[in-house]
Amino acid sequence: MAVKAEFDIPVITNVPRTPGLREGAMAHSRPFVAKADHQEPLGFPGELVEDWHDRAIGRMGELLGEYRSLQVFMDACVKCGACTDKCHYYLGTADPKNMPVARQDLMRKVYRRYFTFAGKFFPRLVGAVDLTEEVLGEWYSYYHQCSECRRCSVYCPYGIDTAEVTMAGREILASVGIGQKYSNEIIGKVYKIGNNLGLPEPALADTLEGLEEEVKEDTDVDVRFPLDEQGADVLLVTPSADFFAEPHVDGLIGYAKVFHQAGIRWTLSSHASEAANFGLFIGSQGNMQRVAMRIREAALELGVKRIVVGECGHAWRVAYSYWNTLIGPFDFLDPDYPAPQHVCEATWDLVQQGALRFNRENNDDKVVTFHDSCNVSRASRMGSMPGGQFLIPRELIRAACNHFVDMRQETIHEGTFCCGGGGGLLTDDLVELRVKGALPRMQALHEVIEQHGVTHMAAICAICKSQFTKVLPYYDLGMDMIISIHQLVGDALELGVER
Amino acid sequence: MSIEVNGKTYETDEEGYLANLGDWSLEVAEAMAREDGCDLSENHWEVVNFLREYYDEYQIAPAVRVLTKAIGKRLGKDKGNSKYLYELFPYGPAKQACKYAGLPKPTGCV
Repeated sequence: MAVKAEFDIPVITNVPRTPGLREGAMAHSRPFVAKADHQEPLGFPGELVEDWHDRAIGRMGELLGEYRSLQVFMDACVKCGACTDKCHYYLGTADPKNMPVARQDLMRKVYRRYFTFAGKFFPRLVGAVDLTEEVLGEWYSYYHQCSECRRCSVYCPYGIDTAEVTMAGREILASVGIGQKYSNEIIGKVYKIGNNLGLPEPALADTLEGLEEEVKEDTDVDVRFPLDEQGADVLLVTPSADFFAEPHVDGLIGYAKVFHQAGIRWTLSSHASEAANFGLFIGSQGNMQRVAMRIREAALELGVKRIVVGECGHAWRVAYSYWNTLIGPFDFLDPDYPAPQHVCEATWDLVQQGALRFNRENNDDKVVTFHDSCNVSRASRMGSMPGGQFLIPRELIRAACNHFVDMRQETIHEGTFCCGGGGGLLTDDLVELRVKGALPRMQALHEVIEQHGVTHMAAICAICKSQFTKVLPYYDLGMDMIISIHQLVGDALELGVER
Repeated sequence: MSIEVNGKTYETDEEGYLANLGDWSLEVAEAMAREDGCDLSENHWEVVNFLREYYDEYQIAPAVRVLTKAIGKRLGKDKGNSKYLYELFPYGPAKQACKYAGLPKPTGCV
């Protein structure tokens, strides 16, 4: 039975449709604003500053200077319309301001007014507007209706990256005192406790001990979940949701089984008990660096030779694309392995070496499809071949399952749709947006359920997993359809004698 | 935001979680549940009490597997799973039960 909702749940149609415009349909959607307690530890003012106008324009000027890309994105759009029907939030809400071009224009029209000749002297001719409190409010609303998934950018002939515009918008807002509670509270917890959840070391140790007992009961094998083990070869950093939530935890159990079976000495760290990095979402380079630094510190402290990143989409983007500049160099790690390495890459290497054997029949109760996570697909890679980030997860599923089918071509690989909860939007105050934004993925999933009897959708991102657990029931589907790739791997892996 | 119980007002966050853990009482929990149209049975209380005990020791709500294991021990193995917990707390055991237990809402990618 579908969940009752206080809003209209989109209807899945046989053929995906581009909706007719519904002006202002999501104008009411805005997440809770951060309080001073959430703002100040991140270096942002606690409330709207008096001189917000000048500070916002000043910050925008700085960002335009720091990021040449932002300047180009402000200038380059020719309004061709290629992006208009590519955003899951537009497709799910029909609000024209959720067309990527229109969402970008909320900033572009302010940019023109203050930073271009025409906008300074003939604002009306070029659609330039003053920055008012109303405009700021609109930014707050719509820059929190973009999950920074970058699907639109794939189709933009100029390669305009909407995510960067959203990030700049959020950064400007936070810098004048209007931050988002969900993301900023979480970043504060990383600083204070070490992870997004606020899971202190004793609770983490207790949780891991419980998992060791659970796996022992299930398999009669002593699979360890080591914490802060000096001299381990591999430091695994993974989203803290892997310790806490379902279906994430079964993925964590899968990693542990793989390391166990391959005889790899690995450890988790209580200092870096979080792979996620919400600094990316809020567009704050300084916070992103501070969050990431804990991982470098832990790796040095524990004396590991490799860093492996668990199933988390944006964590992998930050690790793959930003770590080297933020917290590198990694000259202290073993040069024979990629630094960092994705857990799927690590497992796939072991599969290729013949170090792991699978009983695929263990997953014969499932017909599996795979949801490519946006940040993995469009902002990173795995392995040494182009498209490895698409290939390796699928090869792992095929290694562990007999029944795998892909969803419709334009909804996978680099054209994948966001789960609807990425980019700092995975919060209950945005549930309407999340449900509606999930429509395109639900549509594609529905199709393979009908045609191929798909029973499960695997993913490699904590946000995707939590988002689908929440929204699947709104579409009359079971919340337990969503699983971790490493759950499939762990369930099929033959656990032999200890090495 | 706030919640009123027996003539006393307690501060909450935007989603109705108690601002101060110390404000919690059985009556507050019952009032919160009533607002959601939920009648707290003995089994609900088992969960709420375990959450409070765990929080007291660890300053965080228990992970789902810690919770299901504990509930399995207390209420029987057939109830030690999240399916049962979702039956008790349809808005999600972690979030809804934490609220009634007076704990802060779990944050992060959960």
